[in-house]
Amino acid sequence: MLSRVADSVYWMARYIERAENVARYVDVSLESSMDNPTNPGKQWMPLLAAAGDQAIFLEKYGEGMAARDRGAAIMRFLAFDQEYPNSIVSCVTRARENARQVRGSLALEAWEHLNKFYHYLNSSEARRRAAESPHDFFSEIRTASYLFEGIVESTMSRGEEYNFLKLGRFLERADQTSRILDVKYFILLPTPMDVGSVVDDLLWAALLHSVSGYEMFRKRHGRIVPEKVVDFLVLDREFPRAILYCLERAEECLLNLSGTPMGSFRNNAEKNIARLRANLAYTNVEEVIHQGLHEFLDDLQTGLGQVGEGIFETFFALDTQAQYQFQQ
Amino acid sequence: MRMDGYDPGEFYDEVFEAIGKPRSTAGFLIDTLESMADGELYRRQIAAEKAFLDLGITFNVYNSQSGLEKIFPFDILPRIVEAREWEFIEKGLRQRIHALNLFLDDIYHEQRIVRDGIVPLDLILSAKGYLKACKGLNPPWGVWCHITGTDLVKDADGTLFVLEDNIRCPSGVSYVIGNRQVMKRTFPQIFGAINPRPVEDYPSKLLDMLQFMGQRSGEVPCVAILTPGVFNSAYFEHSFLAQQMGVELVTGGDLTVRDGYLYMRTTRGFKRVDVLYRRIDDDFLDPRTFRADSLLGVPGLMDVYRAGKVAICNAPGTGVADDKVIYAYVPKIIEYYLGEKIILPNVDTYMCWVPQERQYVLEHMSELVIKTANDSGGYGVLIGPHSTKAVLAEWAERIKENPRNFIAQRTLSLSRSPVIVGERCEGRHVDLRPFVLYGRDIYVMPGGLTRVALKKGSLVVNSSQGGGSKDTWVLPMAPGSMPDAFNGMAMQTQTSANHAQTLGTMSQSQAGQAVETAPVETAPLAKAIPAC
Repeated sequence: MLSRVADSVYWMARYIERAENVARYVDVSLESSMDNPTNPGKQWMPLLAAAGDQAIFLEKYGEGMAARDRGAAIMRFLAFDQEYPNSIVSCVTRARENARQVRGSLALEAWEHLNKFYHYLNSSEARRRAAESPHDFFSEIRTASYLFEGIVESTMSRGEEYNFLKLGRFLERADQTSRILDVKYFILLPTPMDVGSVVDDLLWAALLHSVSGYEMFRKRHGRIVPEKVVDFLVLDREFPRAILYCLERAEECLLNLSGTPMGSFRNNAEKNIARLRANLAYTNVEEVIHQGLHEFLDDLQTGLGQVGEGIFETFFALDTQAQYQFQQ
Repeated sequence: MRMDGYDPGEFYDEVFEAIGKPRSTAGFLIDTLESMADGELYRRQIAAEKAFLDLGITFNVYNSQSGLEKIFPFDILPRIVEAREWEFIEKGLRQRIHALNLFLDDIYHEQRIVRDGIVPLDLILSAKGYLKACKGLNPPWGVWCHITGTDLVKDADGTLFVLEDNIRCPSGVSYVIGNRQVMKRTFPQIFGAINPRPVEDYPSKLLDMLQFMGQRSGEVPCVAILTPGVFNSAYFEHSFLAQQMGVELVTGGDLTVRDGYLYMRTTRGFKRVDVLYRRIDDDFLDPRTFRADSLLGVPGLMDVYRAGKVAICNAPGTGVADDKVIYAYVPKIIEYYLGEKIILPNVDTYMCWVPQERQYVLEHMSELVIKTANDSGGYGVLIGPHSTKAVLAEWAERIKENPRNFIAQRTLSLSRSPVIVGERCEGRHVDLRPFVLYGRDIYVMPGGLTRVALKKGSLVVNSSQGGGSKDTWVLPMAPGSMPDAFNGMAMQTQTSANHAQTLGTMSQSQAGQAVETAPVETAPLAKAIPAC
């Protein structure tokens, strides 16, 4: 498979996953702002922090905006701003651009779905819907992503393309889950005294909702306790949006690509992800909290960056390799 | 929808003979359309357009402010071509392309046609598409123009003419196939009753041809399509063909030359490419040989090509035969190489480099269509009768400055075909671009792209200039009458010695193997000894 095509398939999957996650946390913030009517603006800034782009918004819209207008402005910014690279529209546009580069690797239905979704997001209908019934709109985004994933799962041959696609999806998901947890943790646990209040419980529930994990969490842990939520979102091996779960799947994809047996490595991508995954696999939530969740997640982000670099140098940037391989 | 008010006017109409009187071949179609409820046809038209957008069958418009992508406007009323007429077209195209290929091979070798005084050397050397770098090259099997998209038009009395040959990188074939898919969904009943000849096997024929060009012993040749990239106006087509053939779609950056071979960069290292179906212009192929500023091509590609280690389709250098001045010589070219009269006529062409003809052109500019020798896509065309005095005067100056670069043709009264305009039908001018493949033998796709000038009265059908398209239905032969497209062809039984001569850079062992796999009746037409 062409390196450029692999690169595009990988990024296509990442951008779709990113768009989905943006929709998730906007939607959940919408809901929790309704539960917290006294301070409507307060719920929204963390959203931008999760995406790491608070400064871009403030530069564009200024600090002086009234708190009650801020929610709608941030929502529009995250959903539709074409200049902002992590908005839903920008992510889906780039996903589609990447898909156009690699149409030969996708079943027609997968392409057609993504293409329709792109046209919809750019229509006035989408803007109207986002303004009138935002919850429905953000559900549509999530559903569009599910549908794409479903089409891929049921139509794509399990070859290189498929593994690059899944690799992109799971690395992005791990990244997004870690960001959202990091930001919410700050908001949720500013001081240990806040633990146990009613509002707190609602906010933790909202966090679980934002990763569609509320029901799965209840089944596994029952009562909502902050440590258990962290355990669930970081170290769970069964919940498909938990960071460890995502890393295990991503590592499988890399090993499938090279045929390397589990437990060993042949390139930097495999080495870096194995270390990162092992780091999570051989710890527990007490250690994580003791180290400091923020510090822990910071290290994780750095690790994910190193995995990305490893993938780039191993598969996409062929000429920088010392050794050329030739196929006849 | 009632069609009895449709007026073909003074034009040749592809569907109606006279007001309310469809041609015999279109009777069933018109009856069915008339039986539909009001608004139904329009509804289907809208549904078809939506289908194109959803499928992403779009093209990019250069210099357009309003978004980059558009669907190629499509009209759901098909153009019907009767079986006998098609047989004639096919015969004419085979003859023309056979001769043009011989011409290309000759001018890059002995130039007999120049020595015999048929085509002046100056004209060849001054043609923009003539490439010195291709002198003495022997593309596999002696084939230069692998893929051709000839533009045909009909005049007021129904006579067919060839307008342009398009033997560089003609585009549009993906729309032919896309149109067909949408039409099958739009009119399933009519389609089943009429049974137009299929076009969907084009990608298989194309792959066969491309693989035939790259025979490497014991290996299935690796074919790749070279695209300028996602921003090119024909990108959809490039990706479509790659997908349909299951070959890689590559950009210049994916390719590299190492140790005398062409490779593509894959996740598992470098993989050798044997055949490159390039969709970029000659100038951009190799910055070491041609334009040094090209980022689209591959440095060193021409060296690999020269050494016979990669086949390039179409061969570099074919553009010389697309020069509109050279076009004027095609009837003579056919006669010279094949000893035959031209079947599909040229439009009479005045060459401005000839003083008497230039004089005539300058005096009759407002009646003529004037074209520059090297443009395509509807650019560089002046339609005299639709033009203003000021523009005519400006072109007159340009002609005097550089007469070699201009030709003129009489303004044809292009045939028309009905298109849906809102809730009714109106006539619009059309042309036809059939696609021809030249590999082991010559294959003519039955049908082609019917392009429509959607602007009322316009004669320009190009997609970049407001043109759209229609599906083209070639009717099947009546049972019992077999197509005799091969009659009159200058098919010559070739000896294996002739084959060896055509093989150019191939090794002897490969040549022997190739002869075995190419039975006599389908032997390459390439390099047949001219009959003169």
